[in-house]
Amino acid sequence: MKEKSVLEMRNIHKSFPGVKALQGVDFSLCEGEIHALMGENGAGKSTLIKVLTGVYEKDEGQIWLKGIDKAVAIRSPQDAQRLGISTVYQEITLCPNLSVAENMYIGRTKGLGQNWKKMNADANRILRSLDIPARADQQLSSCSIAIQQMVAIARAVDMDCKVLILDEPTSSLDEQEVAKLFGLMRDLKARGVGIIFVTHFLDQVYEVCDKITVLRDGKLVGEYEIKDLPRVQLVSKMLGKELDDMSEIRSESQVYHGKDADSVVLEAEGLQSDAGIKPFDFHIRKGEVNGFTGLLGSGRSECVRAIFGADRVIGGTVKKNGKTVKIAKPIDAMKNGIAYLPEDRKVDGIVGDLSVRENIILALQVLKGFFRPFSKAEANKFADEYIKLLEIKTASADTPIKSLSGGNQQKVILARWLLAHPEYLILDEPTRGIDVGTKIEIQKLVLKLASEGMSVTFISSETDEMLRTCSRLIVMRDRKVVGELSGDDLTQNKIMNTIAGGEENNADA
Amino acid sequence: MQMLKKITKQQIFIPVAALLILAVFNLIADPSFYKITFGYNSAGNPVMTGNLITILDSGSELAILAIGMTLVTAACGGQDISVGAAVAISGSMLLRVLCGSNTRPETLQAPIIVAFLVSCVVAMFFGAFNGVLVAYFKIQPMVATLILFTAGRSIAAWINNNELPVISEPSFGYYGGYIPGIPIPTPFFIAVICIIVAVLLLKFTNLGLYTQAVGINESSSRLNGLNPAFIKFLTFVLLGLCVAVVGLIKVSRFSTINYSVIAKDIEMDAILAVALGGNALSGGKFNLAASILGAYVIQFLTTTLYKVKVQSDALPAYKAVVVILLVVMSAPIVRQWLAGLGKKLKKQVKEAV
Repeated sequence: MKEKSVLEMRNIHKSFPGVKALQGVDFSLCEGEIHALMGENGAGKSTLIKVLTGVYEKDEGQIWLKGIDKAVAIRSPQDAQRLGISTVYQEITLCPNLSVAENMYIGRTKGLGQNWKKMNADANRILRSLDIPARADQQLSSCSIAIQQMVAIARAVDMDCKVLILDEPTSSLDEQEVAKLFGLMRDLKARGVGIIFVTHFLDQVYEVCDKITVLRDGKLVGEYEIKDLPRVQLVSKMLGKELDDMSEIRSESQVYHGKDADSVVLEAEGLQSDAGIKPFDFHIRKGEVNGFTGLLGSGRSECVRAIFGADRVIGGTVKKNGKTVKIAKPIDAMKNGIAYLPEDRKVDGIVGDLSVRENIILALQVLKGFFRPFSKAEANKFADEYIKLLEIKTASADTPIKSLSGGNQQKVILARWLLAHPEYLILDEPTRGIDVGTKIEIQKLVLKLASEGMSVTFISSETDEMLRTCSRLIVMRDRKVVGELSGDDLTQNKIMNTIAGGEENNADA
Repeated sequence: MQMLKKITKQQIFIPVAALLILAVFNLIADPSFYKITFGYNSAGNPVMTGNLITILDSGSELAILAIGMTLVTAACGGQDISVGAAVAISGSMLLRVLCGSNTRPETLQAPIIVAFLVSCVVAMFFGAFNGVLVAYFKIQPMVATLILFTAGRSIAAWINNNELPVISEPSFGYYGGYIPGIPIPTPFFIAVICIIVAVLLLKFTNLGLYTQAVGINESSSRLNGLNPAFIKFLTFVLLGLCVAVVGLIKVSRFSTINYSVIAKDIEMDAILAVALGGNALSGGKFNLAASILGAYVIQFLTTTLYKVKVQSDALPAYKAVVVILLVVMSAPIVRQWLAGLGKKLKKQVKEAV
């Protein structure tokens, strides 16, 4: 082992039936280093992490840790924890109904007794030393997601971890929360903890990391110092090809020129739901792509959920092609040709144990009706068609959707709604947590659909993505629509100013 | 070897394996277990008797309930523990309609089909009661159905003013016994009809897809236009229908009813049938064929235990031991371990060669 390394993984192999997930991957991590692990969906990042944390057993290869003079065997997450390897996942894995201190110490005490006073005092001390704004006796669910993540990190730190794995920790945080998290990461780095940072956000990699390891198709592409690898090169290494200029995709695409090009497809007036948004007006034209922008929690999703009838609508009128319609629940919206790809893929999107085929046909099947199921042949035809069209990587149409990678799951959900041939498609964070290649594919698809006459509402946390796809942006702050931008106003600066609204920092409700 | 792996991975492998084990055990312990004799019953009809016939007979009641229980389990992720009590209610209702105000009528006061339809409506009503509690009030299924579990047998007794009606009309006995000229017990044919109806229902409607989708991910189902509450409700109503059919078989069998004994503990056997079929009791994907086979396996087990002269008081304890074994063997973790063991053995054999 090299002198400063805390972790070296050598020649790691891991196969699943039909897939070689890892083929001879090396990875090393130094003390006090933030090391980004990058790759497309299915590149092997998660598998590598799971081998390291003992969730999967490797087929071949060695793992060396600092201070242990032989290769270690990690057979379970408990083994990994004992060896000082801790993981904080994208989804919080703590217990929301316990207190912060209980969460930090759960499963770590010996015997049955528990000195509550001491536990709370210890927890408070750690929280203070890491500058985490939470109290030990506070219920965890009363903290924001960012704080909860920090508590998970504090728990790991207190367990004397030498290797901290952060798996997509920032995907549900807004910018200020990300900044706080980065502060904490830098603090840990100064204490000599080695951090493995898995993320899809390129900006964040360049902001906080020292080194990058790139994987592709289960193989190691290389390890690079951050300063030696410009962004464009990183992306092309991840994709294994030169990237067409991302900002150009809009000009490539055609604008819809049908006879009814300017007709309003959907119009809402004073729409309000029980999710706590202020009444808002909204309209979308045929072949238009518009978007809701604003910070996380500003009410973007709530607006589109109200349009789709996903939350309880408590006021306002909706007109579809000029006719007043009543949308009280999702099926009403679907019957009116509206489709909604929800923000939270796991909770609201996929039906985990069902096959890719069943997940694809679900929405259309529900529209068709209870007594008219598709024949096997029809269902297969639909599934095969869309698996091919969207290049969904799956062993077969029979595979349960939960065993697909995140990006491919998202494509299945997209396929589900495209199959229903909606007039108006709502995409809420369709590109969250998926790789750059798929992101661009989805953006291109959106523009192509619009050019064919579909109206699309696109929501994303990444402003540049919205700038590339949308021709009109509705800006939200504090659960209220505060502005609308189009044409020359569509610039980063203008959007930021509108979101901020002149006052500082009050948008983080 | 590949073939074997494919077979053991099938969900239906679990009840099939259990059935084989029981079959082999009986073959070794006492081959006369399988003896089937032809004879005549008291009414002079030809009948077959023997342990296998008993299994077909009693297992059919369980199989019918297992159909409904599987659907409820899939959609709600919980079980209905009130089916035994509900059988008592629907059976009691059936007798009430047949007897009218007289507890021992010379002739039936209503056609059997009418009485059966009334009992169906009543059983579905009580299913709907459970369904409303579970689907709309979001009470855990076991807790919600505990209400009827507790009150059901009293309601059954109340329907007939706590009297025990007796039917003397012989044709009423056909449903739980034998149809003249056919030596196989009628409940088996009734079960076959129920299974065919269920299969047609699954094939020509989206009941299977909807219940599974709701059981796996309720929130996502709603956003795909389903009404999860209604689907849960529907499964309970369908279970109610199954209950009514079993009620008919049960009261027909004895031509009378004993409120505290009829279909006692049958809910547990029905739930076990679902579990033995390898269906997750937490809901989601299900395999109806496996549940139905599971029901017959449970009955096979009960009959086997009687055969080896286990006293009827001690029966549940023995049954529990066997059930623990079966359920543990079907747990994913054990199956995985066994698969690993198989691989190791194969390797050693290879090395030895």
